[in-house]
Amino acid sequence: MDWAVFVVAAVAVLVGALGVVLSSHPVHSALMLVMTLFGVAVLFIAQQAHFLAAVQVIVYAGAIVVLFLFVIMLLGVDRSENLAREPLKGQRPIALLAGVAVVASIFVLARHAWVSGATAVAGPADGPGSNVEKLADSLFTRYLLMFEMTSVLLVIAVVGAVVLARHSPSGGVRGAEGAE
Amino acid sequence: MSVPGAWYLGLGAMLFTIGAVGLLVRRNVLVMFMCVELMLNAVNLTFVTFARMLNDIGGQVVVFFVLVVAAAEVVVGLAIIVSIFRRRTEATADDVSLLRG
Repeated sequence: MDWAVFVVAAVAVLVGALGVVLSSHPVHSALMLVMTLFGVAVLFIAQQAHFLAAVQVIVYAGAIVVLFLFVIMLLGVDRSENLAREPLKGQRPIALLAGVAVVASIFVLARHAWVSGATAVAGPADGPGSNVEKLADSLFTRYLLMFEMTSVLLVIAVVGAVVLARHSPSGGVRGAEGAE
Repeated sequence: MSVPGAWYLGLGAMLFTIGAVGLLVRRNVLVMFMCVELMLNAVNLTFVTFARMLNDIGGQVVVFFVLVVAAAEVVVGLAIIVSIFRRRTEATADDVSLLRG
């Protein structure tokens, strides 16, 4: 049963990832991305990361992909791209070679041990209690400062997005028309 | 019997590589951005697998932070893309090669 879930989710992840790269249409790429994200969420659940699976579906598949689709439609770039044309000679074989080299080196380096080190440094992941409980316990004690810093990061991101994306009719203000 | 963590880590490595190769070969900026998301997801999968293999909740906390940073990154990145392509019609990275201060 575990293997069946893993194989199905892994196939969905890989097919979706290849679809993102190989689709000539940006909208198809975005929809293939949803497939990959759902596959990863299933793999999270298979590894008892229930909260992260929920967040993955809500934030990634829900918000981020919709944002991508909004931008694709807003910019009107939802047209196909001719993938047969290769603007830079030899770019694709070299990129493919680099990718194969990365995977091969990871598998060679990990042939003895995939993971080593101390266990349960920030707290055990299994045992009694729900996954959300343990995650929150760690997040609000050991990682509290980092958690508060993410709020600063989100404020900066929101302010930055507003500054970058707004129209400035007067001109001269930082933004899209500022450089004209 | 549950699936060994090595399979998840191998899948994560393959997903990361597909994203990296996609980032190198595609010219559409939005698709390149999606490939970055693929790479982030591969790393997230790896962290969750490490959390399970080492029985450490810290790996899942790191994934939580990666999700927050990814959301912020997408917001700012898409704002930059929108502000660039207000004046240009082609959404390829080659057209932004003249970006100078």
